Amino acid sequence: MAGANGNAIEVRALRKSYDGRCVLDGVDLVVPRGETLVILGGSGSGKSTLLRCLVGLERPDEGSVSIHGIDVFRSDPRTLEKLRRRIGMAFQAGALFGSMTLAQNVELPLREFTELPRSTRRIVSRIKLGMVGLEDALDRLPSQLSGGMVKRAALARALALDPDVVFFDEPSAGLDPVTAAGIDRLLVQLKKAFDVTLVVVTHELESAFTIADRLALIHAGRFLFTGTPDEVRGCDDPVVRAFLERRPPEAQDGADRFRRFIDELEI
Amino acid sequence: MIAGALRRVGGSATGLVGDAGALWRLAASAFDRFALGPFRGDRVRWRATMIQTVRAGNRSLPLVSLICFLVGMIIALQSAYQLRELGAMDLVASLVAVSVTRELAPLLTAIIVAGRFGSAIAAELGTMKVSSEIDALVVMGLDPVGFLVVPRLVALLIALPCLTVFADVVGILGGLVLSTTVLGMGMGGYVADTIDALVLQDVYTGLVKATAFAAIIGLTGCHQGLAVRGGAEQVGQATTASVVRSIVLVIAADLFVTAIFFLRG
Repeated sequence: MAGANGNAIEVRALRKSYDGRCVLDGVDLVVPRGETLVILGGSGSGKSTLLRCLVGLERPDEGSVSIHGIDVFRSDPRTLEKLRRRIGMAFQAGALFGSMTLAQNVELPLREFTELPRSTRRIVSRIKLGMVGLEDALDRLPSQLSGGMVKRAALARALALDPDVVFFDEPSAGLDPVTAAGIDRLLVQLKKAFDVTLVVVTHELESAFTIADRLALIHAGRFLFTGTPDEVRGCDDPVVRAFLERRPPEAQDGADRFRRFIDELEI
Repeated sequence: MIAGALRRVGGSATGLVGDAGALWRLAASAFDRFALGPFRGDRVRWRATMIQTVRAGNRSLPLVSLICFLVGMIIALQSAYQLRELGAMDLVASLVAVSVTRELAPLLTAIIVAGRFGSAIAAELGTMKVSSEIDALVVMGLDPVGFLVVPRLVALLIALPCLTVFADVVGILGGLVLSTTVLGMGMGGYVADTIDALVLQDVYTGLVKATAFAAIIGLTGCHQGLAVRGGAEQVGQATTASVVRSIVLVIAADLFVTAIFFLRG
């Protein structure tokens, strides 16, 4: 099993389609313990769906996902509940509970899943929010925070139960470059300090190359290329190059399609 | 055009059937979490339930009082208008008492609570859905039905019968105030007539209705909220739909329960 060979996440032949449109087309993925994997892809590449499948929010049509050797879709509810306590996820828009202060947001998983007394929970939430630089915002509501602070708070909540696998959806989307770089640095530091397995989904190249041990480039529901940042830089696959150089790959296609369309009209 | 109309009717019919299925599944899983969960060692959410009960009950109290007081007066006036012809003014008290406790108090209270609390549930859960908060609960290992639906449903099952009893009293009081002032009836006689006319079954018929209405309002509100896909516009639609559907289902259930009590005599 995966637990024995040191892999945190194993994904086999994952397929998912919506209304006949294939979004994930046989994805295989192995993430060893302690690695930071960045899943890089454009919009519509299937990266968000893949992430939703990894955390069990979306049921794939075929294939399997296991985390620490536990199958996310075929295990009994009790086992899954235990597994979920070892997983943290920071959502793209934060998904902080709007009716609760930041401290209460971080304390919620502690309140639900541990026997810690109230005062201890308060201390833990203060430590977690301190790690992401929000020790002064404990009693603020999510609506009173800036975009960067929301992402930090979401990360603090994801870390509340000291998970060993953390998923982060688009850490730098919607942030200015300086704030985004701050989040990247935070991720690198957390990684060093806690030795968690980190899976980050992003379309930001710069942030991907800063934090990744390994990059996986997803395109049209498949992994095009997987490797260390240096290997990716050296890769000469045209689609990979196009993505890295920010060339829209459809440009050629579009012109072709347009020409064909005109041709058909004249016939 | 006819085909289009038929298709629309068919579409909404299949939509209703699909919704009924979803509502039933939600009811089943809420019952599972509420009644069987504690035996599996799930935590009972006293605090959340209490907060929701206060929200459902207290905030509707002023409106329920006002409307039931006015309706009590209206019923007294309308029955006096008819009974005067027959010289049977002493029946006003019993007519007010029975129609308020059996019918008007539970129905009006349910409609007010559907508008105030049912819609609030749909809007709240819908917003949580849109902002991924529901997803966040699932990923944390917290079941949205146990965490969000059950406390709201239980709150309604507590608050609505309580509000209904209160509405009974206020409605009868409305009839009393009007009869003793406008109709010139004696206070002592009116109270005695009311006590004579009311039997316990009148009150508990109303409470059975209130319990059924509470389940309808809670389940409809939660279902509409959790079914939101997309953005803010869908939240608005879900809020409206929760009120409209609750009211339709409440009135249909009212007929059903009334018919059962009538047939049982």
